Amino acid sequence: MHLRTALGAASALAVAAATAASAETTVTIATVNNGDMIRMQGLTEDFTAQNPDITLEWVTLEENVLRQRVTQDIATNGGQFDVMTIGTYEVPIWGNNGWLVSLNDLPDSWDADDILPAIRGGLTVDGELYAAPFYGESSMVMYRMDLMEAAGLEMPEAPSWDFIAEAAAAMTDKEGEIYGICLRGKAGWGENMAFLTAMSNSFGAKWFDENWTPQFDSEPWAATLNFYMDLMTSYGPPGASTNGFNENLSLFQQGKCGMWIDATVAASFVTNPTDSTVAGQVGFALAPDNGLGKRGNWLWAWSLAIPAGSDAPDAAKTFIEWATSKEYTALVAENEGWANVPPGTRTSLYENPDYISAASFAEMTLRSINSADPTAPSVDPVPYTGVQFVAIPEFAGIATLVGQEFSAALAGQQSVEEALEKAQALTADEMEAAGY
Amino acid sequence: MARTVTTRRKAINTALAWAIGLTIFFPILWTILTSFKTEATAIADPPVFLFFDWTLENYAVVQERSDYMRFLWNSVIIAGGSTLLGILIAVPAAWSMAFVPSRGTKDILLWMLSTKMLPAVGVLYPIYLIFIQLGLLDTRIGLVIVLMLINLPIIVWMLYTYFREIPGEILEAARMDGASLREEILYVLTPMAVPGIASTILLNFILAWNEAFWTLNLTAAGAAPLTAFIASYSSPEGLFYAKLSAASTMAIAPILILGWFSQKQLVRGLTFGAVK
Amino acid sequence: MATQHSRSAARLMMAPAVILLLGWMLVPLTMTLYFSFKRYLPLRGGDQGWVGFENYIRFVTSSSFWPAVQATLVIVGGVLVITVILGVLLALLLDQPMWGQGIVRILVIAPFFVMPTVSALVWKNMFLDPVNGLFAHLWEVFGATPIEWLSQASLPSIILIVSWQWLPFATLILLTAIQSLDGEQLEAAEMDGAPPLSRFGFIILPHLARAITIVVLIQTIFLLAIFAEIFVTTQGSFGTRTLTYLIYQRVLESQNVGLGSAGGIYAVILANIIALFLMRIVGKNLDA
Repeated sequence: MHLRTALGAASALAVAAATAASAETTVTIATVNNGDMIRMQGLTEDFTAQNPDITLEWVTLEENVLRQRVTQDIATNGGQFDVMTIGTYEVPIWGNNGWLVSLNDLPDSWDADDILPAIRGGLTVDGELYAAPFYGESSMVMYRMDLMEAAGLEMPEAPSWDFIAEAAAAMTDKEGEIYGICLRGKAGWGENMAFLTAMSNSFGAKWFDENWTPQFDSEPWAATLNFYMDLMTSYGPPGASTNGFNENLSLFQQGKCGMWIDATVAASFVTNPTDSTVAGQVGFALAPDNGLGKRGNWLWAWSLAIPAGSDAPDAAKTFIEWATSKEYTALVAENEGWANVPPGTRTSLYENPDYISAASFAEMTLRSINSADPTAPSVDPVPYTGVQFVAIPEFAGIATLVGQEFSAALAGQQSVEEALEKAQALTADEMEAAGY
Repeated sequence: MARTVTTRRKAINTALAWAIGLTIFFPILWTILTSFKTEATAIADPPVFLFFDWTLENYAVVQERSDYMRFLWNSVIIAGGSTLLGILIAVPAAWSMAFVPSRGTKDILLWMLSTKMLPAVGVLYPIYLIFIQLGLLDTRIGLVIVLMLINLPIIVWMLYTYFREIPGEILEAARMDGASLREEILYVLTPMAVPGIASTILLNFILAWNEAFWTLNLTAAGAAPLTAFIASYSSPEGLFYAKLSAASTMAIAPILILGWFSQKQLVRGLTFGAVK
Repeated sequence: MATQHSRSAARLMMAPAVILLLGWMLVPLTMTLYFSFKRYLPLRGGDQGWVGFENYIRFVTSSSFWPAVQATLVIVGGVLVITVILGVLLALLLDQPMWGQGIVRILVIAPFFVMPTVSALVWKNMFLDPVNGLFAHLWEVFGATPIEWLSQASLPSIILIVSWQWLPFATLILLTAIQSLDGEQLEAAEMDGAPPLSRFGFIILPHLARAITIVVLIQTIFLLAIFAEIFVTTQGSFGTRTLTYLIYQRVLESQNVGLGSAGGIYAVILANIIALFLMRIVGKNLDA
């Protein structure tokens, strides 16, 4: 079989590389407990069969715990992990600090040119690829076609925020526990702030002007937050201020959301009939815009990187090569079906007819990813890169604090004005502490 | 005369106590029940209590994902090791405080307790650096030492209060008979203090088992105990109540069973010198 | 009875415990003090030089400092009040004759065996969740709108979770204290016709004073450090950012070790003020 030969060739290469290194090597992998990573853990046997001299040790943690652990370890050069699962926010910062091992020397068969340009660009610093994308995502609108039809509306391919508000109003049936729109409200830089920052881009808002002055006192931010607040308080589910990605996914799968604007990877979960009660009813559209030339979608890739302190960089490279290869994608397809392969990293996947026919969301995912531009995230020029984040070390801390203010506003504990005022003050304070 | 009560009074007591007891226990019971449901049943509206198709599927999924026995074994070693080491160091200290008290004894005791006030999050960075230097990261011995140090003040204090209740004359008598210090501790004191030592061991085993900051932050794959096991089951993608319940049940079951079997010991022994 | 010989032996026996704890206290404390006077940003290359008291000033003048102190005190105080009051009542009840006493005791002390992470996860998802939580279903049965516990009643929710965990501990200690109460004294009072309430007020409560102080002291030590319960449930949102959590945010989320270390020193000072206050009381009792 075609696949077999490919695997055989890959394993021959890998064995050669590994025997050159040492006899028995242990690779410790820190990863997040997302579905795709859990699946990878289940397929480990394929790797160890090809590389009998490499033992894989998994440290699977919840996202927040994972971030805390790997950041702590790499900042102190603790050397606890050989492979770390990190995102497009960490890679440029850590790469700049010289904390990561360059992956430029991965073999040609791995085909770096096949990686989607937007994703590859986000993981490259000064021409060095510092992490290999495991799956990539943008964000888009996922909606219930049946509810949309019942409301007498039709979702355009590229909706505006006004249409989203109109549709949310029409779909909401609080008696029947159907909420027109579900959005992230849980505080955290990777939770509500990822969504709100991306959304604010489409409203013409930005985090900092070109002198690194925080912009929460600007008109576009007030417009963003007011719009979000109106949407959520009128048509959102109860307890929205504690809902993150996982909570919303669960709500959507239970059929309680009319629309959900979130990560494109969720598309395969909400269309999976074993987990989702609405699998056959989900439609997709691009993230909304406001006619200003930017849509409210983000760009992210969960990626595998090797910390400079690893004592088994070669074995770790062998593993990363396996986990992010086309062969791995084929392996998942063989075992779990094409719809479940890790999406959003390779051009070849989106040219594969098997994938396109199995994944109704493929086209919209690719269009969303390609339309995100980390180098020019907002309408106005800004001094930073990153769509739903600002690629500076202080961002995670600041955005979590800001996110808590916005979350408190959503919970009705303070007004939008108060939240923005506090956000402005604390961001200015933190930036000063960081020496800007 | 012993306290006699009417049957009626006893019945009221019983009903009230059982109602309260079941209420307090309910969250645990609910978790155990949910662990046997399917994900869909786990969020059924209205909730189902007992009449559902019981399934072991969640346990199978959890076991397949993570090697439970390894986490369990690490928990046992770390909690057990730190408790035993703590007892070995604390017994002599508590002995001397109880039987050869000086003016400073009370101050030393209170100072020991105050070392527990150091906020763990504040000193994580320094401790992490020290652990790197000593090569103790992700080792069981490293965690045994840290948890022992954290709980040592409690152990010393508990033992001290038990030892103080032992009449000094008995030791005097033993000494008259020519017992050495070692013999005195080994043959006279220890047997008398066994109930106290036992409940000290129990309490500290529980505290060490449940410690979730250091055990999570100082381990990776090798020494990770059940607290790290549970950290991979909090809010994964999609429906997860049943799997979370199964993982939770697996994490707390060993200590819950141990606690139940030794319940009498704990009830009798947990005084901290409160009884005088 | 102590001879010179046994005194030096005693000192020798105390040495390991004292030296270890001294090391455990001094080494991290010294390092934390060192960091607290530095601008130390691991993500920007680490040590950026001495900054004097800048971190200390910045930590207290930040808008989150006083709310954090307040949240800490409210949580610790709330849990103490609840566990002590309910603990006394529960201990009194458990001391009464009843059928199945052993099993009831097992049920009551069970939460103490549950690790904080698990209890927070279970409460957050299966009870307090406004859509799928049991409380939401319960509210709906009575036709009420479910409460969004973790955002609208965040502090009470945290206090509820933590109290559930610590009630068994308080009950156990208070129960042993009640059991040691002199039965004859109580009966004499009963014979004299003292009503139950005054029997409780004049005999039982004074007898329990010592046990209550000890419960308060030990729980305070543990409660000042609670972390998992907040990390799992609200992550410090909605006014639940305690001092401990604030320090965590500084050190780990913002990766500002200098600022976080200054916060750590403040936390030590606050904890020791509380401890000193409590220990004065217990210290007196230890002599009695």
